[in-house]
Amino acid sequence: MRVLTRPYGEIDLDERQRIGLPWGLLGFEDLHDWVLLDAAQPPFIWLQSLERPEIAFVLIDPLVFRPDYAPNADPAEVAGLELAAPDDALVFVIVTVPAEGARMTANLQGPLLINRRTRTGCQVVSTDPRWGVRHVIADELAARRASAC
Amino acid sequence: MLILARRIGESIVIGDQVEVSVVDIKGDQVKLGISAPRSVPVFRREVYQAIQEENRRAAAAAPGALPRLEGLAMRDPRAR
Repeated sequence: MRVLTRPYGEIDLDERQRIGLPWGLLGFEDLHDWVLLDAAQPPFIWLQSLERPEIAFVLIDPLVFRPDYAPNADPAEVAGLELAAPDDALVFVIVTVPAEGARMTANLQGPLLINRRTRTGCQVVSTDPRWGVRHVIADELAARRASAC
Repeated sequence: MLILARRIGESIVIGDQVEVSVVDIKGDQVKLGISAPRSVPVFRREVYQAIQEENRRAAAAAPGALPRLEGLAMRDPRAR
């Protein structure tokens, strides 16, 4: 299918890249139809709205910079995803890229869970007090390197 | 705004599917129990607003300026 994307203009994507977010994202509750595509700069991934081409988010697998990450969401919140097994869930977090790109932050408090079988996802609120909405990715990586030495 | 006085163990019912009960009171903190169907999301106001605000910031961020992450062990999240 042809998709108009914010980062790459109009491109060809596979139907299997399509993701449904029945409850949208917080602040974007009316957008339900999305696609996931690899960014030209791994390990980033774009979450592109199919309904509004100008809306796209940068996602990252939080385990890349926080190997100890777990979403720890209220089970009632995740119930709508109908996960048959914990392995069915893909976990992403939304990245905020400031204009200069230097101090990118990741929102670990509001992760995006996607059922890989049904390709349905939702943004949940973590109940874990360790996770905030602005973790500086470079700092997390530096802390990880320091603790590894 | 409707203001109701409740004691520990008492509750209020909103519509026919939402119930808010006072579980405990200690000093200036009230512990509330909330039962609501899945279609009614319940959040602490400040948490909800923080995530909403961060989503808006993320959507407004410059898409062309994705930097490289130095010193990163590459892995495919979908290979999990």
